[in-house]
Amino acid sequence: MSVRRLAAEQPEGFAFTPENLDWAKAEIKKYPEGRQASAVLSLLWRAQEQMGGWISEPALRAVADMLGMAYIRVYEIVTFYTMFNLAPVGRYYVQVCGTTPCMLRGAEDIKDACRKHIGPKDTVSKDGMFSWTEVECLGACVNAPMAQINKYYYEDLTPENFESILKRLRKGEHVEPGPQNGRKTSAPLSGPNTLTDASIYANDTSGPAFGCAGPALVDAEAKRPGAAANVREAAVPKPPLKKPSVKKPRPS
Amino acid sequence: MIARGHDAVIDEVKASGLRGRGGAGFPTGLKWSFMPKNDSRPSYLAVNADESEPGTCKDREIMRHDPHLLIEGALLAGFAMRAHTSYIYIRGEFIAEREILQAAIDEAYDAKLIGKDNVNGWDFDLYVHHGAGAYICGEETALLESLEGKKGQPRLKPPFPANCGLYGAPTTVNNVETIASVPDILRRGATWFASLGRPNNTGTKLYCISGHVNEPCTVEEEMGIPLRELIDYYAGGVRGGWDNLLAIIPGGSSVPCITADVCDTVLMDFDSLKEAGTALGTGGIIVMDKSTDMIRAIARISYFYKHESCGQCTPCREGTGWMWRVLERMANGEAEKAEIEMLLDVSYQVEGHTICALGDAAAWPVQGLIKNFRHVIEERIDQKATKPISPSVPVAAE
Repeated sequence: MSVRRLAAEQPEGFAFTPENLDWAKAEIKKYPEGRQASAVLSLLWRAQEQMGGWISEPALRAVADMLGMAYIRVYEIVTFYTMFNLAPVGRYYVQVCGTTPCMLRGAEDIKDACRKHIGPKDTVSKDGMFSWTEVECLGACVNAPMAQINKYYYEDLTPENFESILKRLRKGEHVEPGPQNGRKTSAPLSGPNTLTDASIYANDTSGPAFGCAGPALVDAEAKRPGAAANVREAAVPKPPLKKPSVKKPRPS
Repeated sequence: MIARGHDAVIDEVKASGLRGRGGAGFPTGLKWSFMPKNDSRPSYLAVNADESEPGTCKDREIMRHDPHLLIEGALLAGFAMRAHTSYIYIRGEFIAEREILQAAIDEAYDAKLIGKDNVNGWDFDLYVHHGAGAYICGEETALLESLEGKKGQPRLKPPFPANCGLYGAPTTVNNVETIASVPDILRRGATWFASLGRPNNTGTKLYCISGHVNEPCTVEEEMGIPLRELIDYYAGGVRGGWDNLLAIIPGGSSVPCITADVCDTVLMDFDSLKEAGTALGTGGIIVMDKSTDMIRAIARISYFYKHESCGQCTPCREGTGWMWRVLERMANGEAEKAEIEMLLDVSYQVEGHTICALGDAAAWPVQGLIKNFRHVIEERIDQKATKPISPSVPVAAE
């Protein structure tokens, strides 16, 4: 369990912006009549975004009033769920994963880089640009070590490329999230080594006829919002991986 | 597929031998058949995408690369259990994945594949529910509590969710990977699925290989693949060669570790790993080479469980913190040898004495450490004892 309290200093009031209010009303409609309390997490998320990364006491009261919940229930929730920040954070909020799989691959060095470039844990840097904290497993263990900066994951970090990310963010540049060492999502660094043979799809009659959608998707690139699932985004398929020679016959 | 009827779908999934991919390995078809058939209450399907087990990142791949497969699976599963509404509970940190999934769901609604009066003839609403960072919400009843807008604290079972779940209505909670296996089972048939893997351990599984390997990656392979083949062929081998291997945690942080000699022969499926004294769990393989400080690695896992304990049951709330503090001292060698036995005893006191399995999950890695690496702890204590020690300071429980 982690012990969490509201910040000592609280702003005056809180009100959703008109757009967020409309969004919140749509969110409440996702749940059956009388079960509007289910929307509490998503409303708190939106409140946190609107506040610039943290939740104030007036904000949680506003959410409770919207949903007809007792204040104490919403207080329970913001102190229970660790992603709700109860004190202001920097403009770029860095969450470094420190759990064992990341630790094995050097999360300690990333934390040291944070101490060096941002300052002590859980404090906002002087320019207000950064704050950092250590979090528990973020679920990208194959791309360890990694950190979440605001919304997105930055993976396969080294102290060097992590420092350069922080520097570029400080200058106001955009840094593309995802693996920072050039690999495609969670495929092996040297390229995919499964499903590389297009002919295995030749007998598959479940989808469109073979050849309609082009050769099999070999690229591991993530589908982007808005793009149809059967559109390949990579311009050219990757070359097949050199077969390692260690493959042993499988016992039957 | 839907024209075949509710029970035919369940029977097909039963015949395929699909076991839940969330960790416990409960037969999926059986779970679905527990849902009441004639009930005035609405039924719900909850898809568990609260993937937070350290070492595991499989559901993330399904959601960001193949969200439509998940939607199709959810529709079929919902149809089989007569549910018209489904919620996908996605963990709070997966913001990019949520956006991708939401975009895919919007596309499916636009194409009338789901929703009211869709082309499939089964009204089905699918919503994404976004969590906010609590490992415990991956436990099925905690997930339902969280869906209802409460703290994610597990419920006592029985009543089981199939009788009294979300909003008091019949509910089934399935893992993302389980749901995503369903369309292919129905398309290709149960015999095809059952022909993969070994009896009672059928089908394919996503394995996430992390830690000290040359090329960490997530791959889908047959159940029952030898662990060594998985690491050597797909993950580029252990850093510094197979002989440099110290231990492997084969199923996410909550299962006991196994030593290198066991890794030589063990097969990656539910039964084989159970025989080896561990479990398949989620298929998150954490590889540790000889440079690893085993005690510190397990102490970090203990810290994780201390942090994520929901605080409901005393053995877990107090026990996880206690185990972590002792392990931290052991990592520095500042402990008595008698404490090893005491730690083991406490871990057995935590195991099985809590509402949910988090207590067990916190105890198993510690038991695995003591079983396989007791000599390392003892050596470290001996080493420290030859140097002057600071008197140990009593630490209060928090």
